[in-house]
Amino acid sequence: MTRVTFPYRGTRRQSNVVAPETSSTGVRLGLRGLDKRFGATHVLDAIDLAITPGQFVAIVGRSGCGKSTLLRLVAGLETATDGEIRVDDQPAARHAADTRLMFQDARLLPWKRVVDNVGIGLRGRWQDRAREVLHDVGLADKADAWPAQLSGGQQQRVALARALIHRPRLLLLDEPLGALDALTRLEMQSLIEALWQHHGFTVLLVTHDVPEAVQLADRVVVLEQGGVGLDLAVDLPRPREAATPAVSAVEGRVLDRVLGRSDVPTSTTASATRSRTASAR
Amino acid sequence: MSRHAARYLDRALPWLVPVVVLIAWQAVVELGWVSSRTMPAPTAVGAAAWELARSGQLFDSLAVSTRRAALGFLFGGSAGLALGLIVGLSYWGERLLDSTIQMVRNIPHLAMIPLVILWFGIDETAKVFLVAIGTAFPIYLNTFHGIRNIDRNLMEMARSYGLSGTALFREVILPGAMPSILVGVRYSLGLMWLTLIVAETIAASDGIGYLAMNARQFLQTDVVVVTILLYALLGKLADEAARFLERRWLSWHPAYRKSEVMA
Ligand SMILES: Nc1ncnc2c1ncn2[C@@H]1O[C@H](COP(=O)(O)OP(=O)(O)OP(=O)(O)O)[C@@H](O)[C@H]1O
Ligand SMILES: [Mg+2]
Repeated sequence: MTRVTFPYRGTRRQSNVVAPETSSTGVRLGLRGLDKRFGATHVLDAIDLAITPGQFVAIVGRSGCGKSTLLRLVAGLETATDGEIRVDDQPAARHAADTRLMFQDARLLPWKRVVDNVGIGLRGRWQDRAREVLHDVGLADKADAWPAQLSGGQQQRVALARALIHRPRLLLLDEPLGALDALTRLEMQSLIEALWQHHGFTVLLVTHDVPEAVQLADRVVVLEQGGVGLDLAVDLPRPREAATPAVSAVEGRVLDRVLGRSDVPTSTTASATRSRTASAR
Repeated sequence: MSRHAARYLDRALPWLVPVVVLIAWQAVVELGWVSSRTMPAPTAVGAAAWELARSGQLFDSLAVSTRRAALGFLFGGSAGLALGLIVGLSYWGERLLDSTIQMVRNIPHLAMIPLVILWFGIDETAKVFLVAIGTAFPIYLNTFHGIRNIDRNLMEMARSYGLSGTALFREVILPGAMPSILVGVRYSLGLMWLTLIVAETIAASDGIGYLAMNARQFLQTDVVVVTILLYALLGKLADEAARFLERRWLSWHPAYRKSEVMA
């Protein structure tokens, strides 16, 4: 299968892109002994994860295994029962402004036009910047529409623009593509990958879709029974083409683990013949 | 039949029944089947309206009644809105006030007319007070309901984007509750006229209700019918005002938007 060409970024001048601030590269994220219970349900059990700046990490796992909970903890929307979350070796709360969560549903305010949705929570003169990020996600012409007039995929792109305008250093994506059709999904995947490569933020992507995880991530983490079941570095060059033998091999290993078909050691590296420097960043 | 003619027919169709009724009404009175004392003919009603307008009585009464309605709605509506916001937004407000308000709400406000007359006599305050009580509760209930039904997910999103306090209220809570608040406004406007009609009919020395009761004493059925039509007209105007607000403030809402062409 050939890669779908990405329609949004081709003709734009570099200066138009929302420029990353000087220090706006990704954060280092550390989870130490992270524990979360809801009453009697023990959702996360002493999770340890160290994520390097700018890394793209995909989190997969069965429904109800605690993926959203993990993301909401990192975003500060839930409080941990135990353990800590450190961003750049500081308590995560200090970096709340650097962290943006993109929810599974777009969560646009229906009473604000698209451009005003992008500018939510901003002060000063943000209108021009909001139009620029909308341009980045391919929605320049919808800036003055109402959210109800957009398709689901367009609404998701507005939500992405809304997160990006804050120049996040940590982007948390909770199944942002779950509700999209296959073609729109491919477009959005390319968009997210391109924006990540350009801005260099750290990404935590929760997904149900193992091929999507392998396509996008530097590292795939499988959550199971409240812990890390598999932590697999995906050392394949980008752009990755779907269904090549190397990609399929990694997908197979992740799937086996998710489905509980084999006992892969929990921390491994899946490397292609080419070295990591060949990857796009 | 051409498409043009079809369009005109379509426009005219809703008016067919009223026009037929008017003609039939006129005919029935002219033929003497119904006494004009029981039901004056449309032409007689028109003549009475003209006479009232010429003498200035019509507009004086209109002004007096509209003022009462507006003042009562202003006081009652603001109180309802304020209480709805307080109870909707604060836990303590709800614990402290909601059950009291719910109890008071169950008193039919028109049942208070004798008490209100004892308190205020039959002057302005009595009527404004009754209208205020009548209009406060629908707005209270719908404001409270609107705030409580705001999408939790949107609130969470807004908070995670740093909104809190007045900004959260202005950008999320108030617009989110607005459809419900306007339902309350519309309902209140209906009750506003209803309350005023009853209050003016029972105790007043001017206003439309007084005009009607006075005409009744002199058996001027045509004037009575004019006043009824006046109330209908005012009710319609209030309803149009509410619809105007809906179109203006809920233009984002697909259900209220007139087709709008996007660039
Ligand atoms: N607020 C809450 N109160 C009680 N239990 C909760 C709460 N939020 C989540 N849970 C429980 O925690 C567990 C994990 O939920 P979570 O939403 O993190 O799952 P998930 O991995 O994101 O699932 P999915 O893939 O279906 O989105 C579930 O068993 C859920 O019932
Ligand atoms: Mg989830």
